[in-house]
Amino acid sequence: MAKNDVKLLGVWASPFVMRARISLSIKSVNYEFLEETVGSKSELLLQSNPVHKKVPVLIHGDKPICESLVIVQYIDEVWTSGPSILSTDHYDRAIQRFWAAYLDDKWFPAMRRIRGAQGEERQELVDQVVEGLALLEEAFGKYSKGKAFFGGDQIGFIDIAFGSLLGWLRVTEKLGEVKLLDEAKTPGLVKWAESFCADAAVKSVMPETEKLIEFSKLLMAKMKGAPPPKN
Amino acid sequence: MADEVVLLDFWPSMFGMRVRIALAEKGIKYEYKEEDLRNKSPLLLEMSPIHKKIPVFIHNGKPVCESLIIVQYIDDVWKDKCPLLPTDPYQRAHSRFWADFVDKKVYEVSRKVWATNGEEKKAGKKEFIEIFKILEGELGDKPYYGGETFGFVDLSLIPFYSWFYAIETLGEFNLEAECPKIVAWAKRCLQKETVAKTLPDQKKVYEFVGQMRKRFGLE
Repeated sequence: MAKNDVKLLGVWASPFVMRARISLSIKSVNYEFLEETVGSKSELLLQSNPVHKKVPVLIHGDKPICESLVIVQYIDEVWTSGPSILSTDHYDRAIQRFWAAYLDDKWFPAMRRIRGAQGEERQELVDQVVEGLALLEEAFGKYSKGKAFFGGDQIGFIDIAFGSLLGWLRVTEKLGEVKLLDEAKTPGLVKWAESFCADAAVKSVMPETEKLIEFSKLLMAKMKGAPPPKN
Repeated sequence: MADEVVLLDFWPSMFGMRVRIALAEKGIKYEYKEEDLRNKSPLLLEMSPIHKKIPVFIHNGKPVCESLIIVQYIDDVWKDKCPLLPTDPYQRAHSRFWADFVDKKVYEVSRKVWATNGEEKKAGKKEFIEIFKILEGELGDKPYYGGETFGFVDLSLIPFYSWFYAIETLGEFNLEAECPKIVAWAKRCLQKETVAKTLPDQKKVYEFVGQMRKRFGLE
């Protein structure tokens, strides 16, 4: 298949874009990565995702697919010769979707808000995130069955949904000066995170934490109206 | 082997209605258990420990939570009758995208009308109409979101029809005037027995919303 048959609109720092990239990598799909400029939206983005105007957008042929988890499932369903990302078992698939939705609807939004929050609100958010990690640790124990990933021997849907958020988790820990992923409390997840980040499909698309930290500082400064730091 | 199917639900829940419609479409027999959300049953708390919410679908003792996840599970397991999602991956992605849009936007914006007063309600009404205009645009001239047949997106949206009377009355507007295609689509869906039998009466929902508003101190 010609390389430019598959395009991905994204930004390097986005965990949602990362999900699409990991999935394409797992399936060994060649694609053209079109980096959007942060702070502005290209014509192509506005045309292909008029509803949300957000990345990632996968463009297959001339057909756009939006929303990261929809994209991952699409990739899984189209490129069937590669390893499966979702389980073939109906019930396990429902469980995988449940956890991905939990991460997107509850866990990640709470984590994102930690840095901007203060006092009691901040503590509540931290507690929520830590509680969530305990639940995920339990889930990991159940679904990995002693293997490296939620998906077993190979990275699966939950691994992708959760692992893509690790970069921003580390940024929150560093800049928010809070320990979230704790080896004492969630040893399974700590080990899993290492395995995930070392995986071939992940390594080349996982942004460096230091770069994310700089990017995050830039964003926070912009939001507060301060001039951006000079590069 | 007979399947044991139980649904924990709450009659005015749009999310529960989605599952009920899916079950009706597939002709699946199930036990319906009405939950009192102010006094949740031990079964609900056991089967949905994280969110503690309805609907919960229990298939041979194993729980599935989150309405759209439940519907996809039902579609997967009982795949030989009335498919709800298309078979083509792009069409499936398209359906999932729009069902996700309904999930992200419609409940919140409905709440901004029925659970508020004054300026907040005015703003909510404006947003509600905006969201439905987007949905109307996506429907276009198709009879259903699924094309010629009722599908996943139709199912995810139609339950909100039972709340339209409450929202229109409280928001003081006429949805048919603002989004005629949406109302025409809804009436078309209601011609399906599975939908007509599942959706509660709009006046009953309006009464229920009134009780909620009193409880929230809005009336």
